Amino acid sequence: MDNDSLKARILEIVPEAQQEENKQYLTILVPAAKLHDLALKMKSTTDLAFDYLICLSGVDYGKQLAVVYHINSILQKHTVVIKVKTDDRINPSFDTVSDIWRTAEFHEREAYDMFGIRFNNHPDLRRIFLEEDWKGYPLRKDYVDEVNIVEF
Amino acid sequence: MKEIINLPVSKIEEEEYHINMGPQHPSTHGVLRLLVSLQGEIVKSLKPHCGYIHRGIEKMCEKDTYPQVIHLTDRMDYLSAHINNHAVCLLVEKALEIEVPERVKYIRTIMDELTRIQSHQLWWSSFGMDLGGLTCFFYGLRDREMILDIWEETTGSRFLQSYNCPGGVMRDIHPNFQKKVHAFIKTFKKKIKDYDRILSGNVIFENRSQGVGILSKEDAISYGVTGPSGRGSGWSCDIRKIEPYSMYGQVHFNEVLRYECDTYSRYMVRMQEMHESMNIIEQLIDNIPAGDHSAKMKAVIKLPAGEYFQRVESARGELDVYVVSDGNKTPYRMKFRTPSFTNLGVLDHISRGMKIADLVAIGASLDLVIPDIDR
Repeated sequence: MDNDSLKARILEIVPEAQQEENKQYLTILVPAAKLHDLALKMKSTTDLAFDYLICLSGVDYGKQLAVVYHINSILQKHTVVIKVKTDDRINPSFDTVSDIWRTAEFHEREAYDMFGIRFNNHPDLRRIFLEEDWKGYPLRKDYVDEVNIVEF
Repeated sequence: MKEIINLPVSKIEEEEYHINMGPQHPSTHGVLRLLVSLQGEIVKSLKPHCGYIHRGIEKMCEKDTYPQVIHLTDRMDYLSAHINNHAVCLLVEKALEIEVPERVKYIRTIMDELTRIQSHQLWWSSFGMDLGGLTCFFYGLRDREMILDIWEETTGSRFLQSYNCPGGVMRDIHPNFQKKVHAFIKTFKKKIKDYDRILSGNVIFENRSQGVGILSKEDAISYGVTGPSGRGSGWSCDIRKIEPYSMYGQVHFNEVLRYECDTYSRYMVRMQEMHESMNIIEQLIDNIPAGDHSAKMKAVIKLPAGEYFQRVESARGELDVYVVSDGNKTPYRMKFRTPSFTNLGVLDHISRGMKIADLVAIGASLDLVIPDIDR
């Protein structure tokens, strides 16, 4: 499916979605509340058939925290980038997609570890690389570590 | 502890207990800790604990310029160093819309395939050793030495080469390069028959790997198990075929697929892939076009603001680099989707119900590299 019809199909499911500019892939920003519903439909609908979650990344855009999903369909051979953003930096949370794509379980734990983004209904949300008592979330832009990070 | 000792033997087998495999267990090939829950010697479930060598590469990247980042990527999956470098270089070139010379594409592809062969050789060596065949280890390392020698001559380094740089490669190939690669392929084509004689047809090996660690194609896709492990489940997931880069669109090679879905199937995919890699190198090695070994680059590389994504096929599976750039000379956010990290996620699923000794074989068949998990 080409990008235009893909966009139309996704807008059918989530009318509030907005397209973001990107040269490589169709990038769509969706409201956090609609994420799980959209993900479920993207996987189960036959003509979309997004069955492979390539990559799940947390991003700190300064004011907002975001999660970026690169999702691919093996059968239909198309790729889409779904983004969710939140202004809440104290208690950011999104719905998990680990029940839809199992690989998300590890990726979400990493996003939690590095950005402090919580994933509702995640089966085992713990820090993955750092110790449980680590203070702060290192990949956030406002993270301060005077001991380990040397500023030049 | 005392209560367990006093239990009758039949009772002990009913009790579920936990043991730690690692962080210094030889079969984890690094510092990975698996908290295994067992009943008798049957694995009930396991929890991987990672992070023993977490170095914060993604955080370090945010302070480094793009040519500096290349040196960090070597340290992720050290057995696919060339391919990791290649991924970052392709991303930078894509963002800046630079066309690299033909010669560079040839050199990079040959280097990538040499990387794949030596990575599979080391995997084969340690696979054999994990299952008790110590001879494999000596055979594999002996043959791998030839590739390391080739690299040493051209790149100046045997292990962490950092040979690719944005726009091309650091320096031109050594005059002996082609001759030595030919010599290696000639030798290794003979030696790989020994590999099959020692392990592939060995009855003990077959019994320990066939029907062990079944991973269905649906699960492989859902868990994102790519590379030879995914292709051992019949999932055609080779990025060299899906999104060809460098010379992969122009050479002929088969994507190796097996459908038994077990440890033996993942083993056979890698064995066959070494033949395919030699096949690719043979098509390219005599035709390297003359020309420059690097495109003209600006002294300071700044990516235009935006988001970029590059997929490549490393020796272990799909390696992705995701960059958010704000137009500066350092990336705003750099994420590596490493194959070992996602492949580790499936270990719990496929080892349930297996014997603890099988866990060693399953772990070896996924070919995990721990720095690639921890980054």
